[in-house]
Amino acid sequence: MIRYTAARLLQAIPVLLVVATVTFALLRLLPGGPFDREKALPPVILANIEARYHLDEPVARQYARYLAGLVRGDFGPSYKYPGRDVADILRDSFPVSIQLGAAALVLAMLLGVGAGLAAGMRAGTLQDRAIIGLTLLGISVPSFVLGAALVLGVALRFGWPPAGLWESPAYALLPALTLAAFPTAYIAQLTRTSVIEVAGRDFVRTARAKGVSEARVRWVHVLRNALLAVVTYFGPLLAMLLTGSFVVEQIFAIPGMGRFFVTAVTNRDYPLVMGVTLVYAALIVLSNLAVDLVYGWLDPRIRLAGDES
Amino acid sequence: MSAGGWAGALLVAGLVALALAGDDVSGYRFDAQDTEHALEGPSAAHWMGADALGRDLFARVAEGGRVSLLVAIGSTAVAMLIGIVYGAVSGYVGGRLDGWMMRAVDAVYSLPDVLVIVLLTEVFHGVLDAVPDLYRRLLALVLALGLVGWVSVARLVRGLILQAREEAWVEAARAVGVRGPRMLLRHILPNVSGPILVTATLRVPSAILAESIVSFIGLGIQPPFSSWGVLASDGFAAMRSYPHLILFPGLAILVSLFALHLLGESLRERLDPRQRS
Repeated sequence: MIRYTAARLLQAIPVLLVVATVTFALLRLLPGGPFDREKALPPVILANIEARYHLDEPVARQYARYLAGLVRGDFGPSYKYPGRDVADILRDSFPVSIQLGAAALVLAMLLGVGAGLAAGMRAGTLQDRAIIGLTLLGISVPSFVLGAALVLGVALRFGWPPAGLWESPAYALLPALTLAAFPTAYIAQLTRTSVIEVAGRDFVRTARAKGVSEARVRWVHVLRNALLAVVTYFGPLLAMLLTGSFVVEQIFAIPGMGRFFVTAVTNRDYPLVMGVTLVYAALIVLSNLAVDLVYGWLDPRIRLAGDES
Repeated sequence: MSAGGWAGALLVAGLVALALAGDDVSGYRFDAQDTEHALEGPSAAHWMGADALGRDLFARVAEGGRVSLLVAIGSTAVAMLIGIVYGAVSGYVGGRLDGWMMRAVDAVYSLPDVLVIVLLTEVFHGVLDAVPDLYRRLLALVLALGLVGWVSVARLVRGLILQAREEAWVEAARAVGVRGPRMLLRHILPNVSGPILVTATLRVPSAILAESIVSFIGLGIQPPFSSWGVLASDGFAAMRSYPHLILFPGLAILVSLFALHLLGESLRERLDPRQRS
């Protein structure tokens, strides 16, 4: 297990290298530079600034310099926020994004699995149909519409919970709900399909045939196997949450990584864009690894390659 | 097709008709200013109200829908084209090439997609300087969304082809001398076209959503064009005082996604043999 984990972690390195290279190349293809202003700077000053950030060097040299920095955990300076480096900004904004994401993840898992079971265990009933309708609504509502509705209909009407900034756990309530809506609906659909599929398998028939009680069949035999399929989607789910957090941070004025990314793109703040993209990609890679590990642990039939025991 | 599927198809047809004929239905051009009625809520004259410049919101939502749908359909076409070719080659050729091609797909999967869409849009916007300025941003978005969306199509097509290759009718075709591209194009692909069509249908709503998100944060469609995401973004800024400005563009996105999902899911039940019970 340890060997497998180590091997997979090593495999993540070339993936992140590819992400870094692609992002670096894309950024250098962008029109306009970080120090273009409406009023052009005098050439001498511009040359001075560019020399300060090594932007006057050949691109290959800049790339090598950036990678060398990355290895030491140095993400470079921010162009837009002079005096702060990217690692510094990430240190402040990363925990915020993670807290928001984690809150939404827990919400989505609990509500999604709950709704999926409620529908799948009673497939074909009115309750099932109602939940299907709700999940369709959930995957159709854009986060900015739901966010606006929550702000107008709850925060402004009742004065609570707060609809912006990030100061205490209460501030996470509306953003986490907004962020969780889409994954909740998605998980509910998955759980429902999986429950129905598992309920039709031979081992369930066997369990019934040998006289296992209906409740036990449902809540032990079916449930455990159905949840296995849901775990597989944990990776894409995390990616979904990360992507969503972008807009949600924008809507609720939350100082997370997503907000910095948007301004950084407009400002051509290359190192900051690179830093945020790399952190997001690393999170996705790590969550995929976590899913594989949990999956192997939950389902003993799956033997991990490279793990002979 | 199920009742839900028909309802979805009808709604989609209605939305497309509205987007195409918006100006004629409302009687206002989307950029005509009627400053006397600026920021007014819905009324008999302006069904969805008017914006800060007195432009009829109904006509603007219709015009934004034209752009949103165009971008979504265009990018779906790009994603399908790349995904089908890539997946078909990978699945049909197999072996080591397949292994490498799928590893590349895995790498693309670990990219945070909205971030990459934003970056690619900016890059294409800069690179495509031969295209008239007006349409450059539109085309850039279509390409960016397509270049991010193809991976799931490629995976699906590859899986379908791997499955089909094992079946008896493929063996029969091979026995009578069908080989190579002819086998792929004339026999295998037409036989797996059902699930591919379903995926195409379901890609359109996710493209609408992605475009609206990128436009909402201000990095997508730019004036003089607007899209549902742009309108929602404008409306969001003023929603405390004028909630109708976000309500109607938001509803337009919601209804179109809902309708397309209904249609896609019911097509899946009909056309995807793996889903049949």
